[in-house]
Amino acid sequence: MLNFVESVGEAVAGIKDGSTVMIGGFGNAGQPFELIDALMDCGATDLTVVNNNAGQGDQGLALLIKEGRVKKMICSFPRQSDSWHFDTRFRAGEIELELVPQGNLAERIRAAGAGIGGFFTPTGYGTMLAEGKETRILDGRGQVFETPIHADVALIKALKADGKGNLVYRKTARNFGPIMAAAAKHTVVQVSEIVPTGCLDPEIIVTPGIYVNSIVKVA
Amino acid sequence: MSVQSSNQTELRGPIQSSDKPLGRDDLARLVARDIKPGSFVNLGIGQPTLVSNYLEPEQNITLHTENGMLGMGPEATGEQIDGDLINAGKIPVTELPGASYFHHADSFAIMRGGHLDICVLGAFQVSATGDLANWHTGAPDAIPAVGGAMDLATGAKDVFVMMTLLTREGVSKLVETCTYPLTGIGCVTRVYTDKAVFLTGPDGVQVRETFGCTLAELQAMVPVPLKAAAAVGS
Repeated sequence: MLNFVESVGEAVAGIKDGSTVMIGGFGNAGQPFELIDALMDCGATDLTVVNNNAGQGDQGLALLIKEGRVKKMICSFPRQSDSWHFDTRFRAGEIELELVPQGNLAERIRAAGAGIGGFFTPTGYGTMLAEGKETRILDGRGQVFETPIHADVALIKALKADGKGNLVYRKTARNFGPIMAAAAKHTVVQVSEIVPTGCLDPEIIVTPGIYVNSIVKVA
Repeated sequence: MSVQSSNQTELRGPIQSSDKPLGRDDLARLVARDIKPGSFVNLGIGQPTLVSNYLEPEQNITLHTENGMLGMGPEATGEQIDGDLINAGKIPVTELPGASYFHHADSFAIMRGGHLDICVLGAFQVSATGDLANWHTGAPDAIPAVGGAMDLATGAKDVFVMMTLLTREGVSKLVETCTYPLTGIGCVTRVYTDKAVFLTGPDGVQVRETFGCTLAELQAMVPVPLKAAAAVGS
């Protein structure tokens, strides 16, 4: 069921303590800052967050981590020059980290949305990130079994939505949006513009509205 | 096409193509020159990014960035800067005519499905058989971050490494066996360093050319057996 809501607060109101939340974005591109600020205000805690990074600077995901709302990060690249809030929590042993090669992260999210129970991939074979995982030799190459990453909620950012919830994105801000929209039980999207149904060319729609539950326009 | 016998080249030694070690820009120029026209290429963060400065338009190279783009142009400046258009290092970039955008699973399918011709990566260590260590020092207080390195290392058809041959302490980064945590096994095909270009593979390490040293001098710095690469005529 698709809802157009008036405020970001309303859009994230259903997020409960202990939820797994996928947050779109690669660095700041595509990061839904307004939805993250609303998640901060709603008070949900003990969250498992799935994102490529673990926050930059003093905004968005970095603040959720600073405020101790995140118990676990599933990401590929937490350490950056401006990831000080994550670094502090991690060094203090206050946040759990599941480090995932970026392609495995993307494909595990995609698998969840596509109903795939798991897959074998050469990425990570023979490395410490494959320790404890099932392996096989397939097509003459060592491969590692990887499982899907599901989520209760996805918070993503798109450029435009139409009345059916169809989405288009902008440049490299697309990144994880389409696959997270499919992987989560409930997908919340912030957009810059809502256009009437029929105003988006069906040939260029990136995320069909079937994956979308709540849409909020932000300035 | 004429191929010299390896016996002959071993006697002659590899070409010493510079009388001094190569600087970072000269090395980037050399890597750029070695990329075949029409290739699809991913340049890693840091030193490999310099290669893009030396690609010639006639080479018709298409650059891939892991965050969802083919046809990436040079770094953006001034009014070109757009927060929605960045590269893997999160630096604002530009798009070239014919560019395309796609989501992250498609972007990594491009790597993982073997569609990229070449990736160029930095490294802490490369082993004689092409194992790569470039994501983690293994230090107990280090915060690990892998990003797309493992996908690139296992997915690209050719993996080129750019690095200085020696650490600041003078220890060779070309090693018998990597002591840092691995990124990928047997994946590196060429190693471009300030002192020589090495070809790595199951048959061991061959030296294609040296810069500011002879093969014997190079051998004294590197703890793995070296032999001169057979010169291949064009």
